[in-house]
Amino acid sequence: MQINLTVNGTDVTREIEPRVLLVHFIRDDLRLTGTHWGCDTSNCGTCVVLMDGQPVKSCTVLAAMADGHAITTVEGLANGATLDPVQQGFMEEHGLQCGFCTPGMMLTARALLDHNPHPEPLEIREAISGQICRCTGYATIVRSIQWAAEHSISAADTAEEEVRA
Amino acid sequence: MTILEDRPTNPAAGGHDRPIGHGRMQRKEDPRFVRGKGHYVDDIVLPGMLHGAILRAPVAHARLVSIDTTEALAHPKVLAVITGADLQALGLAWAPTLSMDVQAVLVTDKVRFQGQEVAFVVAEDRYAARDALELIQVEYDVLPPVVDARKAMDPGAPVIRDDLAGRTDNHIFDWEAGDKAETDAVFASADVVVSQEIVYPRVHPAPMETCGAVADFDPIDGRLTLYETTQAPHAHRTLFAMVSGIPEHKIRVVSPDIGGGFGNKVGIYPGYILAVVGSIVTGKPVKWVEDRSENLMSTSFARDYIMQGEIAATKDGKILALRTNVLADHGAFNATAQPTKYPAGFFHIFTGSYDLAAAHCTVTGVYTNKAPGGVAYACSFRVTEAVYLVERMVDILARKLDMDPAELRLKNFIKPEQFPYANKTGWEYDSGDYEPTMRLSMKMAGYDELRREQKEKRARGELMGIGISFFTETVGAGPRKDMDILGLGMADGAELRIHPTGKAVVRISVQSQGQGHETTFAQIVAEEIGIPPEDIDVVHGDTDQTPFGLGTYGSRSTPVSGAAVALVARKVREKARFIAAAMLETRPEDLEWEKGRWFVKGDPSVGKTIAEIAMGAHGTVALPEGIEGNLDAEVTYDPPNLTFPFGAYICVVDVDPGTGHVKVRRFIAVDDCGTRINPMIIEGQIHGGLTDGVGMALMEFIEFDAEGNCLGGSFMDYLIPTAMEVPDWETGFTVTPSPHHPIGAKGIGESATVGSPPAVVNAVVDALAPFGVVHMDMPCTPARVWEAMQGRTRPPV
Repeated sequence: MQINLTVNGTDVTREIEPRVLLVHFIRDDLRLTGTHWGCDTSNCGTCVVLMDGQPVKSCTVLAAMADGHAITTVEGLANGATLDPVQQGFMEEHGLQCGFCTPGMMLTARALLDHNPHPEPLEIREAISGQICRCTGYATIVRSIQWAAEHSISAADTAEEEVRA
Repeated sequence: MTILEDRPTNPAAGGHDRPIGHGRMQRKEDPRFVRGKGHYVDDIVLPGMLHGAILRAPVAHARLVSIDTTEALAHPKVLAVITGADLQALGLAWAPTLSMDVQAVLVTDKVRFQGQEVAFVVAEDRYAARDALELIQVEYDVLPPVVDARKAMDPGAPVIRDDLAGRTDNHIFDWEAGDKAETDAVFASADVVVSQEIVYPRVHPAPMETCGAVADFDPIDGRLTLYETTQAPHAHRTLFAMVSGIPEHKIRVVSPDIGGGFGNKVGIYPGYILAVVGSIVTGKPVKWVEDRSENLMSTSFARDYIMQGEIAATKDGKILALRTNVLADHGAFNATAQPTKYPAGFFHIFTGSYDLAAAHCTVTGVYTNKAPGGVAYACSFRVTEAVYLVERMVDILARKLDMDPAELRLKNFIKPEQFPYANKTGWEYDSGDYEPTMRLSMKMAGYDELRREQKEKRARGELMGIGISFFTETVGAGPRKDMDILGLGMADGAELRIHPTGKAVVRISVQSQGQGHETTFAQIVAEEIGIPPEDIDVVHGDTDQTPFGLGTYGSRSTPVSGAAVALVARKVREKARFIAAAMLETRPEDLEWEKGRWFVKGDPSVGKTIAEIAMGAHGTVALPEGIEGNLDAEVTYDPPNLTFPFGAYICVVDVDPGTGHVKVRRFIAVDDCGTRINPMIIEGQIHGGLTDGVGMALMEFIEFDAEGNCLGGSFMDYLIPTAMEVPDWETGFTVTPSPHHPIGAKGIGESATVGSPPAVVNAVVDALAPFGVVHMDMPCTPARVWEAMQGRTRPPV
């Protein structure tokens, strides 16, 4: 079957087997290997990508279900050479060690900050609670996302400033 | 690159002890990871590459009656189906394990654990390979399994390893350490003796990236390139050469970015060997990557120790002796990875941090119908089990004596003046100063205040627990006179080259799985040579590019490879002195070193920087006799002893009296890993290990039913802490350098995994004290805690 979707802002049209999982489509067909696979059962979240801005576990989404939608992977986070504050935050605050869960964590963080630019630590923990990291113990991931929040100029902030002005 | 100041999380925690090599700095490896440009095994695609998948046994113990692969072979995308019989014809059906046993690569005679490898399919894509597994018909004759290690030695128990000639039972080894007679004598005359069975259940390292390989055999020049998820590329290459008959110089093992290891990626698994066989058979590269269930059900598990502990003391709380008999469940093949002389790893460090009059332990290893392994999950070669035993026993003793557990520990610590300390089972602890570390953790926790709070809460019927653990690790294996794995001495190599422009490359034999070697090892060179870390490239994970060494596990990278790197840098520095002398037309002994530069004594303005010396070395300066025209050196480091990091952990839990749910409210960890290099990386290592500890103590468990079915075979069943189950860690540090390590570093990778489980369990048991609970085994799940509250504790078997 044929699917048409947007991946990191680029239109993609591909012939696929209907049973192909989105994670395999992204990794094997599009060769975007920043999205990882870790468990098959939707528990670990290394495969998280954004679908229309919402985090989804791409191991439990068929590529066919992404037809007509916009997918963002870790490769789409940076704006050219400029890193997303989330990416910068993970480097500043040691939010990663082996790097395997990191793309999924960062995408969830991006989605969180898009909706809630100044989350409390518990809100951050809840946001990433569907994802497992074996290396960091999460505290530095929370700090990384806080760093990103403190160093982001979000749409909501801009609007707020305009109102104040 | 941003270089930040050192930021200890607790300013009281020893800000005077500055880290070395620029201290807290961002990791050199991070820019690729945050861009999704890490390069893991499953990211590798080679031209014409095929995909392998393994058919696994659905039962724990069964005779293999027949395998019919006809239908699978007829699948249009299948190129090969390999069975045990095929491997037998090649002499590859069995492979040696790291414990001198053998393990079936594919079943030839009998299935010995659920999930064991039965057949291997090679197909054009990963979906087709999986489809073809369904087309293989296998007939089994099911046998009764041995699931409970306690029953493995029963008369009439099914003999699992009938492949071994003359084998009539499931016994693997008996091993002991310490003096039995002396220990028994101390016990016989002690005021107080407390006994407790303590089970450390089977758990699994479960790195986020499962195990996998891409094998690429070139039939023309007979060269094998093997991309593997391995923590020990050089050891793997040697073993592959021994097993396959491919000469070692024709094998290149590449370990790219590794998505976590924790000991899971030390062993050689059948899947790796099958990928190689698949590539040889098809003439094309073959990728094999296991799924999560395969990882949890078939690769190296951890622990599974049943320990009968006894502790003897005077009535005023002087601990006199410890003894234990351990039953070790090694699964169907003895495939634990530890130095040859130590079948129970370093378990005999079970005397812990205390000055004892006597100690004795015995360990008996048995086969069961479970997956092989045992030494994994950041365990420092069974120090995890040892620390858990002693730290639980000390708490049980404290309860018996009605003493505060912190006070009992403080009373019995080995004193600073006793170091180097020879314990009663043959170890020589290199250095330690335990009391300040313990006191700091108590200060950070507000220990007295916590006890007051607990008292008030107890009066209200609330269940709050405070758990302490004080651990001493033994890491950095190890001296070649005592330690080898399959005959390979546990040394590590390092090569350093300073390029003509003063930039450098250091090549190391250990392999990062997230520990940040590309940063830490550059920092060690920076400290010794005085060039910035960003000017130093660290090369690792490729046997064609790096010197020989045994790899990363048992917290050995900094203690062994870190020492090699420091020494190779010093060798280069010394060579630079001779070249600088030639350049300055003076004598080497007239020069003095300051970081990055040799200068003339008494005239600091006359000198040469390392970059100038490097250019001189490669240039036209007339060199002294015996000095070659480069600024390179190499070293192989044989550690004189192990290192003994230590730490004090305090855990505070609240238990819901209605549900038995345990909430870890606070966790205070004060670690002493000797000289510190990058505090940010150290803190990260500790945080990760603490999370492991909370996981093992509260939820992680590879359980089996009576038929030997693995009940922990997915992340729906094998529970791992998320961000919601762990607190915001509170860390501090003290610094007691190792006297024998070139920079005084001791290693930190596994300290927290080793030290934290007893703190959590001690806290849970403390919370349950009003119910008369003296001990409960892990995992402290709500159901098991609830049972303990009802007076029905049970071992996790």
